[in-house]
Amino acid sequence: MGHIKLTNITKSFGAIDVIHGINLEIADGELIVFVGPSGCGKSTLLRMIAGLEKPTGGELLIDGTLVNNMPASDRGLAMVFQSYALYPHMSVRQNLAFGLENSKMPKGEIDTRITEAARMLEIEHYLDRRPGQLSGGQRQRVAIGRAIVRRPVAFLLDEPLSNLDAELRGSTRAELAALHARLSATMIYVTHDQIEAMTLADRIVVLRAGRIEQVGTPMELYNTPANRFVAGFIGSPHMNFLEGTVEASSSAKAIATFTGGNRLELPVAGESIGNGARITLGVRPQHISIGSGTEGIPARITLVEALGSETIVHTDVSGQKILVVAPGQHNLIPGTDIRLSLSEAPLHLFNEKGLRLEHAV
Amino acid sequence: MSRAIEFLFRRRGGKGWHWTDIVTWIWLIVGLFVMFGPAVWLTASSFKSPAALAEFPPTILPYVTQKVTVEGYDKPLDLYTVTLDDGSTATLAEIRRIGTVSQMIDPDKPAEIVKVNIAKRTPVRQMSFATENYTEPFIHFDFVRYLWNSVFVTVTATLITLVVNSMAAFALSKYEFRGRTFAMLLILATLMVPLSVIMVPLYSIVSALGLFNNLWGVILPTVATPTGVFILRQYMLTIPDELLDAARMDKASEWQIYWRIILPLTAPALAVLAIFSVVWRWNDFLWPLIVLSRKELYTLQVGLSIYSGELNVQWHFILAMTVVTMIPVVLVFLFLQRFITTGIAGTGLK
Repeated sequence: MGHIKLTNITKSFGAIDVIHGINLEIADGELIVFVGPSGCGKSTLLRMIAGLEKPTGGELLIDGTLVNNMPASDRGLAMVFQSYALYPHMSVRQNLAFGLENSKMPKGEIDTRITEAARMLEIEHYLDRRPGQLSGGQRQRVAIGRAIVRRPVAFLLDEPLSNLDAELRGSTRAELAALHARLSATMIYVTHDQIEAMTLADRIVVLRAGRIEQVGTPMELYNTPANRFVAGFIGSPHMNFLEGTVEASSSAKAIATFTGGNRLELPVAGESIGNGARITLGVRPQHISIGSGTEGIPARITLVEALGSETIVHTDVSGQKILVVAPGQHNLIPGTDIRLSLSEAPLHLFNEKGLRLEHAV
Repeated sequence: MSRAIEFLFRRRGGKGWHWTDIVTWIWLIVGLFVMFGPAVWLTASSFKSPAALAEFPPTILPYVTQKVTVEGYDKPLDLYTVTLDDGSTATLAEIRRIGTVSQMIDPDKPAEIVKVNIAKRTPVRQMSFATENYTEPFIHFDFVRYLWNSVFVTVTATLITLVVNSMAAFALSKYEFRGRTFAMLLILATLMVPLSVIMVPLYSIVSALGLFNNLWGVILPTVATPTGVFILRQYMLTIPDELLDAARMDKASEWQIYWRIILPLTAPALAVLAIFSVVWRWNDFLWPLIVLSRKELYTLQVGLSIYSGELNVQWHFILAMTVVTMIPVVLVFLFLQRFITTGIAGTGLK
């Protein structure tokens, strides 16, 4: 129960195509996160699965049944909205009961389910209040409760944490993860926050402009991003990119010149890139270390953000901004020259089209 | 109380008078007279006797000439303050008047007749409320029946107005369909068509439907109002679509969405429309006058016109009954005024 399959799903609003052929299979019990910049179509995709929007083309199957033309109410899904969408004129209890009453459930059963969900979410004391009398976090719980009491085939969550303050977001995120573990139900979670995506997801779907850029576990996306977009989107602070040109390549190595004339030796299968090809080198800020002596790339410090546990160093490498995250505390002064060492860094190489070049790291 | 006074007498100029303070005061005082004056005049006049109403110059408060019963005279006599020839004043009762000379007697000495020039006498007047202006129509005219007809028309028409207009507004605000804007514009365009233009065709429709001389003939043509649709639609546009989506996910039918989500949330705008509708229907005169020709079906406003006959207008009854017909409207405003202000502000309508 809760197996969702999307085949070649497209969606157009008038003449504007917003979703271009999405193929995706979501396994039962999986927590899958749709992530991407705003306007990438992730909410539209979720609403199509929910039945609130109709796909223009393609097939949408829930548990093997084609549901393209099935109304939202019959799909057995429950949705948590970004604005929570609690009915303001009903008490919390009525909010929870509304969906169950509409499916003509006996009153005793409704009460049992509400009590159970309220206990699970610790909202028993607010059952007779109106949503307007609740705090943001409490409303959030009610919104989730409204989904839980339905015992749906799958939960659809549309940026459920975006209206909470940072602290509450952290704790609610953990609770959601716990909830998923307990309910072991399929969940589709839409967010633009990559930390939520990384911490919650079994698999992440990175979307851009209505297309899937990559699907994979959080660590797959982090370690082997399929393209430059995914590489830049996943990870915080985001990956540093250096543009360069290949000068010489052999079967194992390539020498490339980067901005400012820095020459680097890159481990790459030489045949795949010819001399003169433009490539992009990606390095995560956490993997760059501050070198000593004359080793490494010369850089000038422009800004130091000391967070205590780590220090974010903004540097300037021949006009290009490079971020370095160094663990611990460092006594660095803006304006001084340092050396950046990439010797231990996993390097990500992308070709002109931004696609990942496989290489031995 | 002291805060209210402080608020009322607040001035922009601090201790002195800024010119805007003076303009504001004049403006508000003139406004008070213009708005409140007719209502006060109406209420005060409704207690006047027919004679007092015909008096010139008119007074605001209802005065009557004091009367006294004197031995030897069948009718009560009017009392006057008279300036006598010797310069003293006395209170005398008038027996009759011949030309400019009035024959008067002292009520205490009925035998002695005094002749006085009418310029030298002024009536002794006292305030008196002619409550029979109110009681008589209740007893001798079919006031209660008219009242019932009016209440029936007003309540039924208002209820149907709310349901019909909110349904139209729901469709026009929450559903996407071809020609939605056109439909809205068409509805608003009917605002420009006055009743007098459509009166004749409307009459033939009502007549063809057999609703002539039927209260439903008064109710049905009025229930769909462009103003109502507009007010409700503007308000419904502010209800987030996510609520409707949530209800759809909650297995609610479109009817349930309308009835259980949209209607309760539109309550402030519905209250505004209810007030308008009550006032419109209660004060309606022309259309009921056309449709209803049997006396027992008259609404209050039509019934009132009975008192103004061809030769003789019974102003005292008309005034008193007008006060009575104002009461429900005033009550509606008193109890629902907070909805009017919040509702009108909320709909962006002035």
